[in-house]
Amino acid sequence: MSATPLLSIKNIEVIYEQVILAVKNISLEVAANSVVSLLGANGSGKSTTLKAISGLVHAQRGEIADGQIEYLGEVVNHSAPHRLVKQGLVQVLEGRHCFQHLSVEENLLTGGYIHRPSKAKLNAQLDNIYGYFPRLKKIRKSLAGYTSGGEQQMVAIGRALMSDPKLVLLDEPSMGLAPQIVEEIFEIIKNLRDNHGVSFLVAEQNAAVALRYTDYAYVLENGTISDEGTAQKINQSGELLASYLGR
Amino acid sequence: MSFFFEVLVGGLLAGVMYSLVAIGFVLIYKASGVFNFAQGSMVLFSALTFVSLLERSYPFWLAFVLTLLIMLVLAWVIERWVLRKLVNRSPITLFMATLGLSYIIEGLAQSLWGAQVHGLDLGINDEPFEVLGLLLSQFDLFASAVAGSLVIILSLFFNKTRTGIALRAVADDPLAALAVGINLQRLWLIVWGVAGFVGLVAGLLWGARLGVQFSLSLVVLKALPVLIIGGFTSITGCIVGGLIIGASEKLAEIFIGPYLGGGIENWFPYVLAMLFLLVRPAGLFGERQIERV
Repeated sequence: MSATPLLSIKNIEVIYEQVILAVKNISLEVAANSVVSLLGANGSGKSTTLKAISGLVHAQRGEIADGQIEYLGEVVNHSAPHRLVKQGLVQVLEGRHCFQHLSVEENLLTGGYIHRPSKAKLNAQLDNIYGYFPRLKKIRKSLAGYTSGGEQQMVAIGRALMSDPKLVLLDEPSMGLAPQIVEEIFEIIKNLRDNHGVSFLVAEQNAAVALRYTDYAYVLENGTISDEGTAQKINQSGELLASYLGR
Repeated sequence: MSFFFEVLVGGLLAGVMYSLVAIGFVLIYKASGVFNFAQGSMVLFSALTFVSLLERSYPFWLAFVLTLLIMLVLAWVIERWVLRKLVNRSPITLFMATLGLSYIIEGLAQSLWGAQVHGLDLGINDEPFEVLGLLLSQFDLFASAVAGSLVIILSLFFNKTRTGIALRAVADDPLAALAVGINLQRLWLIVWGVAGFVGLVAGLLWGARLGVQFSLSLVVLKALPVLIIGGFTSITGCIVGGLIIGASEKLAEIFIGPYLGGGIENWFPYVLAMLFLLVRPAGLFGERQIERV
């Protein structure tokens, strides 16, 4: 990987409610302009790792008990989520978490407020998002709660992109979606990496799809990293399969 | 027939006074999904502070500004020492916290300013005058005008401004709001501040009518049926709910009351609210739960 990674995590340990150990000894790096995936079964600690990075873990009574998270060369263990978003690090939550009673467009707008843009800038940003997800433009006035699962995932990703991020933490984008939609979403991720310099750290159970779009992958098992490597290497070693099936 | 209309209009105008109190609830509910039990104490606290400043011969406008500042400080203290510790807890936990707060604020108000009844004169003549053959109260008309402008301003605020949309986002899903970079602490401060302001306005109008005293905090009980009928999430609903409650309780008192021995306007709104709960639990304008299948 390149010399100055966008994100670098060293040996972090996350504890919930002061007693529940969720992950330990997690170290990983995300280089600029890359898609890195975090693979693993249910409960292996993917979401916790992402929330530790974005600072959301603090809102759920978790804490980073050990280790260090560096973003853009700065330690961000205790940064509030809105500060990180301002610096270009944003998370898309597992299960989409759209604002159900807001329209699709209002959902997107909420993501764009962080830099206090002018009205023209905000609208330009909105047009960008509609460029990535043309479908959203057609349903922009509908309440997000009434749109389909795929559309909600697009809203959630589009909302995060409104803040003009450098790094997006994407938690289970494929969850509950038709294979075709999943493919569509990963194509957009690839496009953003190739043409807009956005990097992604994607937590996925669906390793088959994720690996096809991934530059580098980490395999999580029971809260620690059990394997890592390029997509090709992960595909060849049996570690991934073993981590899903148990041994 | 003109008697009927006089009762109806009188009731509608009285209903607006309930709406004023209900708006404070809706504000906080919309921004944090919490029923703020302390709203009544905030009404009492603000009115008591205002009156006490007046009695210490501060001019009207200065007393108003000072009270508003005090309400903002109160909002800051509540955010800093209560809400911030409870981010992402379940709504019932937050509700219990506001229940506790209501006692603290009430106690604080009375230990600061004493428990005696204060009169409050807003300088509005309350002599009834005649419009189209109906006798109307000038004070009620003034209250309606105030409530009407509040509703218009707040509706614009929630639907058109960035802060307003962000507030609705927080009410919908606090965790997601955090994730997109919304500063929860700042927003809560704003909304409790605005609720304090609305509480002050309600406190002044109600205080002028009933006298500023402890029982002012019980006015909120009348806001409950208003909220149930109008819906907890709609400011327009507050007004419509208030009008329905005001009109129906006065009409019921006059036209059904004699058959039941009178005094029914005290409980009629609650019965009406219960019927609404059976038919339309989200209220007339409330957001319904969205469930996808």
